Amino acid sequence: MLEIKDIHKTFNKGTVNQKIALNGLSLHLKAGDFVTVIGGNGAGKSTMLNAIAGVWKPDSGRIIIDGDDVTNMPEHKRAKYLGRVFQDPMRGTAADMEIAENLALAARRGKMRTLKWGIKKAERELYREKLLALDLGLENRLSSKVGLLSGGQRQALTLLMASLEMPKVLLLDEHTAALDPKTAAKVLELTDRIVNENKLTTLMITHNMHDAIAHGNRLIMLSDGQVMLDIAGEEKKNLTVETLLSKFYQASGEDFADDSVLLSK
Amino acid sequence: MSITSLLNGMPGAVAQGLIWGIMAIGVYITFKILDIADLTVDGSLCTGGAVCVMMLMAGYGMVPALICAFIAGMLTGLATGLLHTAMGISAILAGILTQLGLYSINLKIMGKANQPINANNYDLLVSLRNIKGVPLFENTIFITFIFTVVLIAFLYWFFGTELGSSLRASGCNADMCRAQGINVSFNKVLGLVLSNGLVALSGALLAQYQGFADVQMGRGAIVIGLAAVVIGEALFGKIFKNFALRLLSVALGSIIYYIVLQVVIWMKLDPQLLKLLSAIIVAIFLAIPYWKSKYFAGKVKGGK
Repeated sequence: MLEIKDIHKTFNKGTVNQKIALNGLSLHLKAGDFVTVIGGNGAGKSTMLNAIAGVWKPDSGRIIIDGDDVTNMPEHKRAKYLGRVFQDPMRGTAADMEIAENLALAARRGKMRTLKWGIKKAERELYREKLLALDLGLENRLSSKVGLLSGGQRQALTLLMASLEMPKVLLLDEHTAALDPKTAAKVLELTDRIVNENKLTTLMITHNMHDAIAHGNRLIMLSDGQVMLDIAGEEKKNLTVETLLSKFYQASGEDFADDSVLLSK
Repeated sequence: MSITSLLNGMPGAVAQGLIWGIMAIGVYITFKILDIADLTVDGSLCTGGAVCVMMLMAGYGMVPALICAFIAGMLTGLATGLLHTAMGISAILAGILTQLGLYSINLKIMGKANQPINANNYDLLVSLRNIKGVPLFENTIFITFIFTVVLIAFLYWFFGTELGSSLRASGCNADMCRAQGINVSFNKVLGLVLSNGLVALSGALLAQYQGFADVQMGRGAIVIGLAAVVIGEALFGKIFKNFALRLLSVALGSIIYYIVLQVVIWMKLDPQLLKLLSAIIVAIFLAIPYWKSKYFAGKVKGGK
């Protein structure tokens, strides 16, 4: 479903701030794969997601989604393949617009935006049902401005928006990192439900090792812009934080020295 | 300083306010919806007036003249939009460049700096002679009011469509838009095109109203437009939530601006100071939200 072939990306090339972000990264996701991504700061996690989303073009390599080479496709055109949820709850929704308007914008992802009315009556009913399923009390607030919602509500709404028009790949960029633990747990539960119900191919970055182990069918660890560990199937199911850390040590020969990863419970 | 002389001036103030209100609605589209301060308007207002006057003088009818003024204004918006999106120039500078270039273009359209058009010789749609004592359907205030209502209805429809909604979203959250497959650059250009079309249309009416097009007629137009937007928002923002009503509040803001101006003139204030006064009023209104958040948010409590 998603194929990343030998992607290289260097930021600020030729300056003192030169930073090799992706160093020959390759990854293949089968349809329905739910892959969690961990790695220290600067390992290339967000850079990888941005490369897939088309925020900028890689220096070399190919990105293929569902058989289509999208490497040179601009971000807004590539959006038809992708559902995205950002770390910052403010980024995924338009604050000055109504909940229903946001959903209607998302329902037309990848489609030509015409002079037809922006939101049909039947859509409102559909959105009400979908919001009811979120169980956040938003079903009666279709006309409320999104700016009035809490961070958790906005992330849940963004998740719903990402899955309204079925994406080929769902990209979650630490989408619970900005939330308090209780809300984060709820959004993660919702993530599981939406991914499983729709059998979405998913890449989820997380800072939390426990979450990375508890969710998805496959776990990858990035380091220095490459895939350092790739654990799937039974091995993934039986994984613990201790074994994960020791595996990392074996693979890289160095300590996994990112406090935020170690300390996050 | 008799009150009758002030009241006599009121219909003119309302008519001017309505005409400038159309321009202010154009400014609303860029400033409020797209979050761009577009300085093209200082030039495109005159472009609209110049095209309209020259076409009427060349014997064309009113409808083609207004349509061509509208299209000419859209082209000026296209120029600014492309400078901004295709050439990466900041929006404010792109507007200034277009505005400067338009000064020459406007002179070329008119052939000289001031092009009068006499209401006796041409059948004008609006004129400062037609603000009282004429049948309703020739009354400038009535005609410009109908213009405003039709434009607001059109814009209400447009910004409710799929395309219009995506344009609103583009000004609100560009990241979200790109993630939802919206071409933000295209929408910015579209917004600038639409806005300057309206500004030029307003210029076309203004030139007829005052009986001439002048290369200086748009000077400071952006400030008047912003004044109308901020006055409308300050006075009606709390009660007008609907999009059409918000556009109406911009038109009302423009009328109030001209009524205040009329009062100031009536009070025999030096007219040379009017632009300074406008600039100060707009600066204060624009500063209010900032001051509110900075100085009136309340003292930090707690701790000893």
